[in-house]
Amino acid sequence: MVSQLIKSESKYESAFRSLNNASKGRQPGWFERLRQRAMDSFVQLGFPTVEQEEWKYTNLAPLAKLDFDPIILSSTKIGPETLQPFSYPESVNCQLVLINGVLQSKLSSLSEQNQVVALELSEAVVRERYGDVVRKHLAGGADYCASGPTALNTAFISSGAFVLIPRNVKLDVPLQILCLSDPVGREMVTFPRLLVVLEENSSATIIETYASTTGSQYFTNGVVEIVLKDEARLEHYRVQREGVEAFHVATTTVELGRCSSYNTTSVTLGAKLSRHDINVVLDHEGAECRVDGLYIVSTGQHADTHSVIDHRQAHCTSRQLYKGILDGNSRAVFNGKVFVRHGAQKTDAMQTNKNLLLSPEAHVDTKPQLEIYADDVKCAHGAAVGQIDEEELFYLETRGIHSDLGRNLLTYGFAEEVIGKISVDSIRLQLDEAVLHRLNARLEA
Amino acid sequence: MLEIRDLHVSVDGNEILKGISLRVNKGEVHAIMGPNGSGKSTLAKVLAGHPAYEVTKGEVLYEGKNLLTMAPDERARDGVFMAFQYPIEVPGVSNAQFLRLAYNERRKHLGEEELDPLEFKDLLKERAKVVEMDASFMSRSVNEGFSGGEKKRNEILQMAVLQPKLAILDETDSGLDIDALRVVAAGVNQLHNPENAVILVTHYQRLLNYIVPDFIHVLAAGQIAKEGGKELALELEAKGYDWLKSSPSEQTTAQAR
Repeated sequence: MVSQLIKSESKYESAFRSLNNASKGRQPGWFERLRQRAMDSFVQLGFPTVEQEEWKYTNLAPLAKLDFDPIILSSTKIGPETLQPFSYPESVNCQLVLINGVLQSKLSSLSEQNQVVALELSEAVVRERYGDVVRKHLAGGADYCASGPTALNTAFISSGAFVLIPRNVKLDVPLQILCLSDPVGREMVTFPRLLVVLEENSSATIIETYASTTGSQYFTNGVVEIVLKDEARLEHYRVQREGVEAFHVATTTVELGRCSSYNTTSVTLGAKLSRHDINVVLDHEGAECRVDGLYIVSTGQHADTHSVIDHRQAHCTSRQLYKGILDGNSRAVFNGKVFVRHGAQKTDAMQTNKNLLLSPEAHVDTKPQLEIYADDVKCAHGAAVGQIDEEELFYLETRGIHSDLGRNLLTYGFAEEVIGKISVDSIRLQLDEAVLHRLNARLEA
Repeated sequence: MLEIRDLHVSVDGNEILKGISLRVNKGEVHAIMGPNGSGKSTLAKVLAGHPAYEVTKGEVLYEGKNLLTMAPDERARDGVFMAFQYPIEVPGVSNAQFLRLAYNERRKHLGEEELDPLEFKDLLKERAKVVEMDASFMSRSVNEGFSGGEKKRNEILQMAVLQPKLAILDETDSGLDIDALRVVAAGVNQLHNPENAVILVTHYQRLLNYIVPDFIHVLAAGQIAKEGGKELALELEAKGYDWLKSSPSEQTTAQAR
């Protein structure tokens, strides 16, 4: 096992060398040094193990053992028709497409009137106008010294996307960033990387989608860094519907400026094993965030969410509601930390995790945590794990509704608390269907 | 319409009903009265098919069919309705959606065509008048955030939409102020006709001032302690239930004589 681990790591190292050779001399020194430090960090850290507290319930050993082929630069044969099932009608002419982590300008469509800046990261770093912004924020939120997967992704930063919503621009259609995996050859690992900066007083809705053209085994190792400047507003949806055999390990970091507003809903439907870390830092007064999530998993799936909401300054508000629907022998993990730092007075923080187990074999580990170092705050948190309430089901049955449909309705009602807040109609419909589909699958089983 | 013969029911091994026999014909209103713990709500739930109650002896025939082998939803589609003492909240599903679903399930069962949302809206508007319910209740989630009185009215609205053949109202009067009670009772009276039957389960005589029963059955300790016409309610109101509790079997015997 040890030898395999070394072998796979050396595979990453050799891919890293070839990426270096390909881009040699064309990129600024700071960028090359960043990637090198990240690679060194990955070599040192490797993949986390269950001995580490943060990875206690999610075992990456099977992933670490596998011999994934890093995909760093690739052309694609995919045409627009392939994208159709993964695209939202609301985002016509406002879509960025990454295939295997590589931004595809030909497949992307971004109407100029939207005023959105979207560049490949490797290109953004050499642009005079954007180089400094990228340098300031890239790897600023996602710490490659603390996490092996983040280090690995950072080492391979090249063809991801830099997205900038300029000052005062109000994007009135949702921007979809579609990260599509198109497994080529044997098992591949891709490194989708996004840096999204909303300048002062700008606003946007961004839909980040992960999907696959096939159900085969691959590994998505993603990092998304989001920066909201003062008074910027972002509505962010993250829809993870990777293939059934996929590994998905990703981190989202968000930095909130003064009086900025960040609302997000993370939806987990796909992948055999998924882990999403979301870290929101409220380091300026008056910032507010809503960090919601919904994971719907069934037999063979494992979904882990680790979130950190870090109140560093006074007068900030955070709301978090994560709900899980678990069927079959699926497993889920929710670990949510809310920090209220010294001096972060008048913090208003609320965190809730609720889980609905549809099968006796389903299992969830939930751990909401609140650490408060200020004394004038309003904070609450809670977690719940339950099953379909038999009395509620009976009520529906006495109205002539079959028990299977009744369970369906109650599950739908459970999810609705999260789904109902989604402002993009197609996502909401997609989730309604996903809830129904799960339950139909259950009926057939 | 309904024939209950020597019904014995247990929950978690405790016998709650100890031999109930009752006959309800169409067009009739029956009241089941009795003190707390006498088994009257149990009787209502058993008729609706609650899974927690085990029938250990006896039978229940509904229109000649064995009711006890039917699933709760089958009973409902076949015209049995129970208004709950504590109606359940169903978040995320609007009252209108829910009612249409339930209504169409019954229509399908009767071999009739389902109504689309627009057609149903008209029907709902009409039926809502029965309980003087505002249109705003239709778009709200089922019972979510409803007051106690609103929930009870919503139960009668469901009854108005589903038009059951046998309606069992479990403590529908509890927690209602006098105005709400009047509305609910008027609704039930409007819905009652010679082709259907109503069973009122209630602790108090109050409801029976508004919905006048043809028969009253008084339960005590899981048995029918006394039966009679509507005047029995007044006697209970005056004397309370205590005189029944002492020796129910004696009372039954006395009445049989």
